[in-house]
Amino acid sequence: MSSAGDAILAALPRSGGEPRVCPYLMAGFPDPEGTADLLLAAEAGGGALIEVGIPHSDPLADGPTLQAAGRHALAHGMTTRLALAQVELARSRGLRVPVVCMTYLNPVAQFGLEEFCRAAAAAGVDAVLVPDLPLEEMGGLEGSASRAGLGLCTMVAPTTPDRRLALAAARATGFVYCVSRTGVTGKGDPTEGTDLLDRVRALSGRPLVLGFGVRRRSQVMALAGLADGVAVGTRIVEAATGADPAASVREVVAELCGR
Amino acid sequence: MNGPGRLIVTAPPPRGRYGEFGGSFVPETVVPALQQLEAAAVEALSDPQFLAEFYRLEAGYAGRPTPLHHARRLSERVGRPVWLKREDLLHTGAHKLNNALGQLLLAQRMGKHRIVAETGAGQHGLATATACALLGMDCIVYMGREDMRRQAVNVAKMKLLGARVEPVGDPAATLKDATSEAIRDWVTNVRGTHYVIGSAVGPHPYPWLVRTLQSVIGSEARAQMLELAGGLPEVVIASVGGGSNAIGIFAAFLADSEVQLLGVEAGGRGPEPGANGASLGLGTPGVLHGSRSYILQDRDGQVLPTHSISAGLDYPGVGPEHANLMATGRASYLALDDRQALDAFHLLTRLEGIIPALESSHAVAAALRLPAGQGPILVCLSGRGDKDLETVLGWEPS
Ligand SMILES: Cc1ncc(COP(=O)(O)O)c(C=O)c1O
Repeated sequence: MSSAGDAILAALPRSGGEPRVCPYLMAGFPDPEGTADLLLAAEAGGGALIEVGIPHSDPLADGPTLQAAGRHALAHGMTTRLALAQVELARSRGLRVPVVCMTYLNPVAQFGLEEFCRAAAAAGVDAVLVPDLPLEEMGGLEGSASRAGLGLCTMVAPTTPDRRLALAAARATGFVYCVSRTGVTGKGDPTEGTDLLDRVRALSGRPLVLGFGVRRRSQVMALAGLADGVAVGTRIVEAATGADPAASVREVVAELCGR
Repeated sequence: MNGPGRLIVTAPPPRGRYGEFGGSFVPETVVPALQQLEAAAVEALSDPQFLAEFYRLEAGYAGRPTPLHHARRLSERVGRPVWLKREDLLHTGAHKLNNALGQLLLAQRMGKHRIVAETGAGQHGLATATACALLGMDCIVYMGREDMRRQAVNVAKMKLLGARVEPVGDPAATLKDATSEAIRDWVTNVRGTHYVIGSAVGPHPYPWLVRTLQSVIGSEARAQMLELAGGLPEVVIASVGGGSNAIGIFAAFLADSEVQLLGVEAGGRGPEPGANGASLGLGTPGVLHGSRSYILQDRDGQVLPTHSISAGLDYPGVGPEHANLMATGRASYLALDDRQALDAFHLLTRLEGIIPALESSHAVAAALRLPAGQGPILVCLSGRGDKDLETVLGWEPS
């Protein structure tokens, strides 16, 4: 196991208690230079691990809010390289929690898989999550990530049959991302993911992170003993649209953490 | 020729690969559905009952076989024989119905009764809405706002047929955005929904499935050439948006190594980024909508906007089998611009009394550029031009 994988396990221990909150931020939203501030604010609010989205022009798994945030970020000049630079800046200013980059295959492929993994690891990223890269196609990125000491997260969905679930669980070196329901980000009732969490729990020693549709503290509490982490994206990105994005992000994360 | 041509049924390529292209790059939620679709398609395409029902609808409902027309006055102009495969005479006015009928029969067989589709020119949306009316299925069509504006008649027809037309994106949104949104709907409702993709693009098994269903064009055209022209064509030409009419007609000639295959992409307003739809000519390898092929993108892997006078060619990607046919040299591709397509549109209208779709006009324009005095040219006339009248009459060079 990579040390990056250890850091993720330490941040999201499989303790069986209340899941830790994993805020998602879109790099470059609302402004290209402000992402490092928002990462620090999310940590200060109590985020245990932060997901950073690198924007893509055609994000197939994103709902309307994240699509719009990504479009805005791209229009204001955000790139893969600048997103990594923001992570690096946040690290230099004391960010300690693990960072997982979430993006789509094409931006990573154009950067070069090997090159991307090396640059991400050097910037202080712990793992990557690529929603349009299913198990069958994952081999290339898996090799590059492992050579760079970067963890790889795998995704499972309610439609994933048990046999694939075992494969996905076994190949995760970061966390296992459990999609709460069929659909895109921002939609749905996360407690629908309970069945999936039950099915995958015995199959993996990696942390289980439930995502898609989590917006409220009560939902986080309801997942106690089921998930080790909950990813919250749309609600955080909405908070980042306020007049003082860092303050609102910190406040919303704190509320989700019950602080 | 008696009855529709036979489908050219090949085994699906392993892992959906065409050389280094193809594959299946989609969210996990729909991976099991794609695997189910491949298995169901393989089974259906070897079931004589399924095929009989498909051919029955193609013959009695869609109007197959479509004629092969010897375009005498056009031939005189080009200086060699030109034959037109008349997909414009298919019900709903374009080749798209072959694919929609086949996929809907497959959806019925899989027990999926809610259908989603994307559309650019509206021809695929219209074909899907039509087949849904015929088979009694629910139909939702995603369409970019820009395309809804320029293809208003097709929007009205889809609504009359009972489809829900969902506007997508900002006012400039076209086929790419509609495709993304249709895929998102499918990811959300995958259990009871079948996604009818409209071209030979997307994740495996779609490029293979769409090619197989469109191969009816090629198998008919090849037999008709032998029967009516007395031999194979020297060149086969088709327009290439996602590449379904092209791969459908090429499929029958791939093994005839003496037959040249020529695909025509949208040159739009010119070669600058954002001004065309020439993915093969001007793009680079990348992943869009679930498969690896040539795409129009910037250095960071962000997909570029596109332009073509024809909505059906206004797409930044292309089917992976075409990428491989270009890589192996079996087919070649060129881009012709808005003006050249428009000139061909007017010429064919006056010379043959056939008003072609602007997409198909690109293929006619390529025939006009081939050297005189050589063997026969077969052009896939993929659709008719009624939908394009407003665009043609309102066109001003920019
Ligand atoms: C008449 C016609 N021809 C060609 C096309 C291009 O699609 P494809 O390349 O899949 O044949 C379209 C698409 O809408 C069309 O309507």
